[in-house]
Amino acid sequence: MTKVSMTVNGKSVSGEVEGRTLLVQFLRENLRLTGTHVGCDTSQCGACVVHVDGEAVKACTMFAGEAEGAQVTTIEGMANADGSLNTIQQAFQDHHGLQCGFCTPGMVMSAAALLKENPQPSEAEVRDYLEGNICRCTGYHNIVKAIMAASGQDVGKIAAE
Amino acid sequence: MYNFELVTPSSVDEAVAALGEEDAQPLGGGQTLIPTLKQRLAMPTKLVSLSRIEALKGVKSEGGALLIGGATTHGTVAREAAGQFPGLADLAAHIGDPAVRNRGTIGGSLANNDPSACYPAAALGTGATIVTNSREIAADDYFQGMFATALEEGEIITEVRLPIPETSNYQKFEQPASRFALVGVFVAKYADGVRVAVTGASNDGVFRWSEAEAALASNFAADAVEGLSAPDGSGMISDLHGSGSYRAHLVKVLTKRAVAAAS
Amino acid sequence: MPKDNGIGASTKRREDVRFLTGAGNYTDDVNVYGQAYVHFLRSDVAHGRISKIDTSAAEAMPGVVRIFTGKDFEGIGGLPCGWQVTDRHGAAMKEPGHPVLAQGKVRHVGDPIAAVVAESLAEARDAAEAIEVEIEDLPAVVDMKAALESGAAKVHDDLDDNLCYDWGFVEENKEAVDKAISEAAHVTTLELKNNRLVANPMEPRVAVGDYSAANDESTLFTTSQNPHVIRLLMGAFVLGIPEHKLRVVAPDVGGGFGTKIFHYAEEAFCTFAARQLKRAVKWTSTRSEAFMSDAHGRDHVTKIELALDADNNFTAIRTETYANMGAYLSTFAPSVPTWLHGTLMAGNYKTPLIYVNVKAVFTNTVPVDAYRGAGRPEATYQLERVIDKAARELGVDPIALRRQNFITEFPYATPVAVEYDTGDYPATMDKLEEIADIKGFAARRAESEKRGKLRGLGVNCYIEACGIAPSNLVGQLGARAGLYDAATVRVNATGSISVMVGAHSHGQGHETSFPQVVAEMLGIDESMVDIVHGDSSKIPFGMGTYGSRSIAVCGSAMVRATEKIINKAKKIAAHLLEASEADIELKDGQFSVAGTDKSVAWGDVTLAAYVPHNYPLEDIEPGLEETAFYDPANFTYPSGAYACEVELDPETGKVTIERFAAADDFGNIINPMIVSGQVHGGLAQGIGQALLEDCAYDETGQLISASYMDYAMPRADDVPFYAVDHSCQTPCTHNPLGVKGCGEAGAIGSPPSVINAVIDALHSGGHSHVTHIDMPASPSRVWAAMHG
Repeated sequence: MTKVSMTVNGKSVSGEVEGRTLLVQFLRENLRLTGTHVGCDTSQCGACVVHVDGEAVKACTMFAGEAEGAQVTTIEGMANADGSLNTIQQAFQDHHGLQCGFCTPGMVMSAAALLKENPQPSEAEVRDYLEGNICRCTGYHNIVKAIMAASGQDVGKIAAE
Repeated sequence: MYNFELVTPSSVDEAVAALGEEDAQPLGGGQTLIPTLKQRLAMPTKLVSLSRIEALKGVKSEGGALLIGGATTHGTVAREAAGQFPGLADLAAHIGDPAVRNRGTIGGSLANNDPSACYPAAALGTGATIVTNSREIAADDYFQGMFATALEEGEIITEVRLPIPETSNYQKFEQPASRFALVGVFVAKYADGVRVAVTGASNDGVFRWSEAEAALASNFAADAVEGLSAPDGSGMISDLHGSGSYRAHLVKVLTKRAVAAAS
Repeated sequence: MPKDNGIGASTKRREDVRFLTGAGNYTDDVNVYGQAYVHFLRSDVAHGRISKIDTSAAEAMPGVVRIFTGKDFEGIGGLPCGWQVTDRHGAAMKEPGHPVLAQGKVRHVGDPIAAVVAESLAEARDAAEAIEVEIEDLPAVVDMKAALESGAAKVHDDLDDNLCYDWGFVEENKEAVDKAISEAAHVTTLELKNNRLVANPMEPRVAVGDYSAANDESTLFTTSQNPHVIRLLMGAFVLGIPEHKLRVVAPDVGGGFGTKIFHYAEEAFCTFAARQLKRAVKWTSTRSEAFMSDAHGRDHVTKIELALDADNNFTAIRTETYANMGAYLSTFAPSVPTWLHGTLMAGNYKTPLIYVNVKAVFTNTVPVDAYRGAGRPEATYQLERVIDKAARELGVDPIALRRQNFITEFPYATPVAVEYDTGDYPATMDKLEEIADIKGFAARRAESEKRGKLRGLGVNCYIEACGIAPSNLVGQLGARAGLYDAATVRVNATGSISVMVGAHSHGQGHETSFPQVVAEMLGIDESMVDIVHGDSSKIPFGMGTYGSRSIAVCGSAMVRATEKIINKAKKIAAHLLEASEADIELKDGQFSVAGTDKSVAWGDVTLAAYVPHNYPLEDIEPGLEETAFYDPANFTYPSGAYACEVELDPETGKVTIERFAAADDFGNIINPMIVSGQVHGGLAQGIGQALLEDCAYDETGQLISASYMDYAMPRADDVPFYAVDHSCQTPCTHNPLGVKGCGEAGAIGSPPSVINAVIDALHSGGHSHVTHIDMPASPSRVWAAMHG
């Protein structure tokens, strides 16, 4: 076991980990931040996406030890300071961009990374960016719509409800 | 995963020293290695992470070539190569998904040499030089079949030097599940000739389609490929997602498309 | 002006707040103090005899608590099957044992052989590798038809062969159907496969068993769609724990799609092991493990014949289907290819004679059971594909052929034993033609062709049967359970309400939509009503959520219980208002005396029920809580018409979905936003089945598509924005809400339109020799068909 220290959602944290401890395990098991989910073991589903030093990464495909000293943001750190939903989270609720909620944390984290890079993405750009986030419930329609709405675009004209 | 010690050296020398130990293994971005470890298909005693070695990161242009540090992520290449080598930047921008591109590295991809990976096509298709901590290896000598390369135990890719072509393009036809290349073709046109490298298709890993290179050298146009027979499908991968003959057919289609896009 | 409260409002989902902030409570988020972890050692061969298991070295490994094998389960019940099918000759289906851990033989890749309980998951996995297992390989039975040949290896040694049942429906129709087909003006025949799928809810299954020795109580936290069903099956049939000593909790569940209905070995194991070890035992499936342990779906091989007269009226349908059961009978597996499939074979059409034959077959593969739609997609796919093929053979318009044969009078008794109560198939088709812009297709095709692409249009209809019931009928059909549901409405003293429902929400939004109904009935704000679900200790009973039954069955129970509440509240109000009960009216949360301005508010009545100082104690009890069980009189029959437009790249065979339109009739609708979302998700799964998903075994029984590296899940760029409409509404006639259910429609109705569109595209490009492509129509398959 070795000690690892990092900043998670603005708070300094540390813990004892093995070499093989994944970042997602450190978050879920050591810190009990269970909002970050594990949906596969081949780095494809994206339920575990978090931000490390401002970039979206799959927390199931990075060792905790590699995040030493890093700034990590998880879904628990996304709401506004007063606890209200942030723009992206609110758009997901407004446009029914989630059903079972399991993929949702990863979707929100990927959406946040996309809008940072590309503040007004087209439908095709949103769909392309979500290549690494699988949702089994929504058929993606309302996720894409929510992300476009969160970017300030008018989604009122998108295909019938 | 079996347990191992994770070390994060900050220099190449430290990394090489750490890799001198038995069953030590380098860790690039881990986007292929970590899933492999989860399946317990590898049992290193020590993983030497290269991600903290600043000297291994970055993209710069020098002497008509793009020099990319071995630990440079796909995301960085996609951004920083866009001006000088758009064909490569575009390839990098379509590897995996955004989160994978923020971790996966060019050195890791080339060292692993997955038969369906994208970078081997760019390296072979540009006649790149693979620079390691101990030597320089020409791409034509580097790739030695599926998951096999000229790298020795403990050898680290420090830089990849890719001659910048006049024009280039990479066409990937995705395997529907993994989104790796079912077939990928990288075409690069230089003053002294054309290189066509194919990934995803062959049981022997990435290869050059020499008939197409010859045809395109004299006439860099999609029509020049049209007249060729598709390469022989008998040595090509045949699986759930496509037969060898389908892959062989795609090699020709994608080569045409790459040439058209690069013309 | 759209409503903003109650039935018909697109109320935003209240559960979203916790899911969007990482505050959901999924089973893997449940950790019990002192818990141990279990790893299952699973068979890596499809079929073999276990000649040796030596756990001694593994037991000495660090952290190992105990290792269990099949021996530990001798004398303990196996996993039960909840449905018995009777075959064509009146004999019961064959029902082999299904041990919790393998006993003597392994029968599929993934069959659990041993379970290692250790202090950590990593130690459990390490120790599992040290277990010495010797398995004598036996020939694997994979192909269904080969499995039925004489001399085929037997999956179960104690059975005569690999045939589970040979079912005929309606057997009495057989002769007449054969005659009609032999005398028909035209017969279209199609042989096809309904590909095996893996449900793949994004949350893998998890089970945490706990045991309190102090009061001899077991608790199972599990990823289930129906915790009471698990309590009944596991308690009564596997472990022998009475209900009052067994609590089953399904907290937030990350999608189910059918595969979380069933009772699994891991649930029984964790509950059993916790009792043995007197400490909690937790299992979390990996995705790779899910591929070889979650029940799979579909996997039918069918020949269908459609007979038409000289005027193109359908005269008879005959089908022969081989349905894969896998190695064991999963909980409801036998019902899927029979009662959920044969009864739907009439579709939306007035075909007078139908005969369905199904041979259910054991193979050395993962058990197959219900997956979103369950039997109904298989029926719809055959029927709507064969109709399309017939239209092409006859040179008639496929929409016109369907319209000509539509059922137009209701109620309608089909020749396959069900009675549709309502529907308006021409109206849904009209709506489809409008939202799909069928008229604009020719121009879009021309535009595609300019770009060297082939464009195809595929249309189909579907009929679904939801809320399978009534219980006395399903009992005759072989169900070993009732199919009612239950709800308790608990009104608190200040007027807020908790509704305990037997349905389970794992994405369907019950926490939002169920309160809409109660709020509407009482005229109060939705925010005063909360739903409690997923915990057998809190809810009277419930059969859970599957088969698009929640609002139609459990919602009806909730309505009945709320009606009882209203009746009692009126009595209280009458007392408070010193009026006759018959004169009391309830509107907008106020009880008033008809024709007067005297009224009393909801909250005053509820307070009186709990502080009964001024209360008719001689007539009614204090308190305000009512329970109702609801057993429907019939199925509900949602229907719809779907259209898919594809573009096909003739150079690569790649098909892309350009447009998809769905016009559904779900009867009355509680929350239109949620209903649309249900359709969207179903469409993506149907498109996934049609173009991407393929659970494939090789001839040795190895699962080839064993992870997302080879099993293609639909992603955001595989699908378009969908046009969905549910404005055609013919309310169900036999439930109080007039609702029909919407959960599975998208997955049932979409695969045939996709394949019909692919065939249409190929024909437009001159590939008229291609009359069928099996799903998934992957690029390589399409290309091979074009060049075959």
